[in-house]
Amino acid sequence: MKKIILLFYVIALSACAPSPTSRTLTVFAAASLTQAFAEIGKTFETISPGVTVKFNFAGSQTLRTQLEQGAVADIFASANQAEMDNAVKDGLIERNASHMFLTNKLVVISPPNNPANVQTLNDLAKPGLKLVLAADTVPAGKYARQILDNMSKDSLFGSDFKTKVLANVVSNENDVKQVVAKVQLGEADAGIVYVSDAVATPELKNIEIPTNFNVIAKYPIAALAKSPNSDLAAQFIAYVLSSEGQDVLNKWGFMPVQ
Amino acid sequence: MGLHAGSMSSLRRFFRHLASNGHRDWIFILPSLVLIALLGLPLLALVLRSLDKNFFSYALSPSALTSLRLSLITSLISVVITIAFGTPLAYMLARWEFFGKSFVELLIDLPVVLPPSVAGLALLIAFGRQGVFGSALSMLGISLPFTTTAVIMAQTFVSAPLYIRAARIGFAEVDVQMEEAAHVEGANQWQLFSEVMFPLAGRALIGGAILTWTRALGEFGATILFAGNLEGTTQTMPLAIYLGFERSLGVAIALSVMLVGVSVILLLLTRGLEKKHQANSD
Repeated sequence: MKKIILLFYVIALSACAPSPTSRTLTVFAAASLTQAFAEIGKTFETISPGVTVKFNFAGSQTLRTQLEQGAVADIFASANQAEMDNAVKDGLIERNASHMFLTNKLVVISPPNNPANVQTLNDLAKPGLKLVLAADTVPAGKYARQILDNMSKDSLFGSDFKTKVLANVVSNENDVKQVVAKVQLGEADAGIVYVSDAVATPELKNIEIPTNFNVIAKYPIAALAKSPNSDLAAQFIAYVLSSEGQDVLNKWGFMPVQ
Repeated sequence: MGLHAGSMSSLRRFFRHLASNGHRDWIFILPSLVLIALLGLPLLALVLRSLDKNFFSYALSPSALTSLRLSLITSLISVVITIAFGTPLAYMLARWEFFGKSFVELLIDLPVVLPPSVAGLALLIAFGRQGVFGSALSMLGISLPFTTTAVIMAQTFVSAPLYIRAARIGFAEVDVQMEEAAHVEGANQWQLFSEVMFPLAGRALIGGAILTWTRALGEFGATILFAGNLEGTTQTMPLAIYLGFERSLGVAIALSVMLVGVSVILLLLTRGLEKKHQANSD
């Protein structure tokens, strides 16, 4: 009995140490990549036997903070250059190690039954509309506010457009998928998310944002300087940049880098 | 100084005890130390990191103060609601036998063990605009998600059971004969409570209310799912900590230390009450 108890402590403590033989590639990726990267990860596992791809999907700013605080990962895929630059500044990623691998645009979404009858972009400023955005620390939230800035400069919407729209914000979510969830549940009347999110949730109503107001989100990807599996990381990034990888991303509504 | 000397001599006694009592004690001490380190080190690190010349500018920043005010107001309202509606319920559970009592007891125990995210999702599915009951409310023009009311509902959902459990035990400990005597002397329900039950079960009630308050202050998962995050309306301290650490780690740490401090004070209060209670009943 005593031996069993001792054995338990030994196992419990040794379980804390990572086993050196397993090959697991850990990818920290922007929340908007959830569905596309899940598919890419599965294909990558089939072409590289014995490798498991693990994902951590969250707002890019959350991922960068986690990495700063010592989270161990092999790859960081961000939804904007700013968080990649922050990671480089902190020495997490080597200078010039990142590649632009896709672009994305934004779109206004509303629930299938469209309770607030959002038909045009002007409707976003209707008093009492319940709008959910990503927080202004989240790339999608930054892009959404940039778009509102662009629209406010146009006489079509008026200079107070951004102020009126922001007055309708009922929640600032921590990543873009939370915005999608609140709209999907019908709790919010509208949200501003990526085109790729709208592709991933086809039941939602979309209002396109014209190119002259829209923002092209550019996503960089990089292996981390301290990646324990830098060979696998390089292979994964090469696969994402390959034509097969790009086809998968395209399917999920992302656009290639020009 | 006296306290210091006292703890020194008890430390010395502890080591002498170890030296004389041999290796058997390590079987207890080593595993305990592992867990104590796990519980204590993160809090110690938090406090160490907060010792910064900017602590007060972080702690007194406008967004920190806004979330602090919202947290205090909502958690106090949750406590008041819990006391108003939980006291009769606790009394019923302590004194009455009725159909479905064990079901009610189970229902009250559940939120204590449920993950707060489940609570938040359940609240959203029930009282959301398109929720099972919320759709009827929205026809009346009432919409709960994204409001301060939703914050209070989430807090009450997860924290009320703590008070109800404590109050039930407190009421059960009051001698039934005291109550009967009060009835014989013609006391009405209100007099029974104000003259007999509250004085005798008071400590249990206050202790339970403080526990509920602590839990309500710390509520996070149910709030972020059901009430969302908007500064001044639904962004309580735990949400400001979670969403703020990406903006400014300093503000998040300062807020965390404040929450730890408040929780420690409240827990010490409840322990003090328990000790007094034991002293009185001995």
